[in-house]
Amino acid sequence: MVDFGGWHMPVEYSGILGEHAAVRTAVGLFDVSHMGEIEIRGAEAGALADHVTTNSAGKLKTGQAQYSALLYEHGGFVDDILVHKISSEHYFLCVNASNQEKDYRHLADSNRFQAAAELTSDRYTQLAVQGPLALATLQKLTDAGLDAIRYYHFIDHSIAGVRALIARTGYTGEDGFEIYFAPEHSERLWNAILDAGQEFGIKPCGLGARNTLRLEAGMALYGHEIHASITPFEAGLGWIVKMEKGEFIGRAALARQKEQGIARKLIGFEMTGRGIGRDDYEVFLEGVPAGWVTSGGPSPTLKRNIGMCYLPADKAAAGQRIEIVVRNQPVEAVTRTMPFYKRTIS
Amino acid sequence: MYPQDQHYTKQHEWVRVAGDAGIVGITDYAQQQLGDIVYVDLPRVGAKVEQGKVMGSVESVKAVSDIYAPVSGEVAETNEALAASPEKLNESPHEGGWLVKIRLSVPDEIQGLLSAADYEKYVAEEETGH
Repeated sequence: MVDFGGWHMPVEYSGILGEHAAVRTAVGLFDVSHMGEIEIRGAEAGALADHVTTNSAGKLKTGQAQYSALLYEHGGFVDDILVHKISSEHYFLCVNASNQEKDYRHLADSNRFQAAAELTSDRYTQLAVQGPLALATLQKLTDAGLDAIRYYHFIDHSIAGVRALIARTGYTGEDGFEIYFAPEHSERLWNAILDAGQEFGIKPCGLGARNTLRLEAGMALYGHEIHASITPFEAGLGWIVKMEKGEFIGRAALARQKEQGIARKLIGFEMTGRGIGRDDYEVFLEGVPAGWVTSGGPSPTLKRNIGMCYLPADKAAAGQRIEIVVRNQPVEAVTRTMPFYKRTIS
Repeated sequence: MYPQDQHYTKQHEWVRVAGDAGIVGITDYAQQQLGDIVYVDLPRVGAKVEQGKVMGSVESVKAVSDIYAPVSGEVAETNEALAASPEKLNESPHEGGWLVKIRLSVPDEIQGLLSAADYEKYVAEEETGH
């Protein structure tokens, strides 16, 4: 168990490789209750959500979710988040555990709308059910047609007798669902899902597998790929920035950066020499320090050692030879596009 | 239960003496702490290692960990099977997952290592200590 923002979280239950494989080939269950929730309510809830996020929160339809970011005025990340539109007067944000207080203050300080933001993390347990058989597993527990929920959409419905927000979202690169519900039902729903998934080989999964899965999927982790000194353009997240939507916090800085161009850029890499590039290792380009590894490790699916790193923007193209300093030894690697793993849609 | 015929260090290595050499590995406790092992970096045959100094590393999915030489000497043999099958370290840490064979240059060093019983006690304290 590790202490993670005050939560006791298992890094692994039965072993990271086995848990990882379960999610890629069958189904895995994650307790991600440490994630924070912030809710915005009021006549201008949408306007506040739009003002503080980079993506087009204002264009969301009821029952739709989107990946987005909260930025500082200087364009750096406060956090990366999921925005769910429950109704035109109610938005539900899922935020990173360690950032929730900061995120909440950021929203409250920016709020000049007829809307109220509230930190409601204590009212939710979050379970993630991920993998090609996540749907089959959960379908046994609800009369709602889960296949009708499109990717990045959600419903408010009962599952195993528990009222929940059931979203088709995830952080693994697989199909799956994230379920938010009242904490008093945690044990009941956890056990019901494990029972339902037993015939499919479901495994409880810890933070370790969560990290290897999202790394293969090329997804950012706050504190690694993104933080206060990194902008969405640098992190390859320009797609969650909607400059055309009008004013939002951080827009002016991003507009300047767009004009001037970015100095550094996130790119994937694969080790070609013997060694594993890990978080914070230095990256050399032609023998000179040029960047750093944000996340790195073995890819259980590809059976290669992969990672992400920041490089000068003009060098951050696929096929660039780099060296990663692994315990004082430069080891050869080559940059490549992400994601490293993409599921085949059946 | 740790094998009685092996000697242990607080860095979680073991040595089994065989003639003038010591066979070295990491303990079952170490492999459990590391989780799935994916990569092992060992010294070359002929390399001189010194007791208490780093002689290699072992990497699991989640972390990298140094291996310290439990005894001084010259590396006589390495377990080549580990390059292709690092999971042997998880499956059989005290037998098939051995790391290197070291020709002992200071055989008396063995006397300073922990017995199986003392190591077991040490691990129990480590586990309850935090």
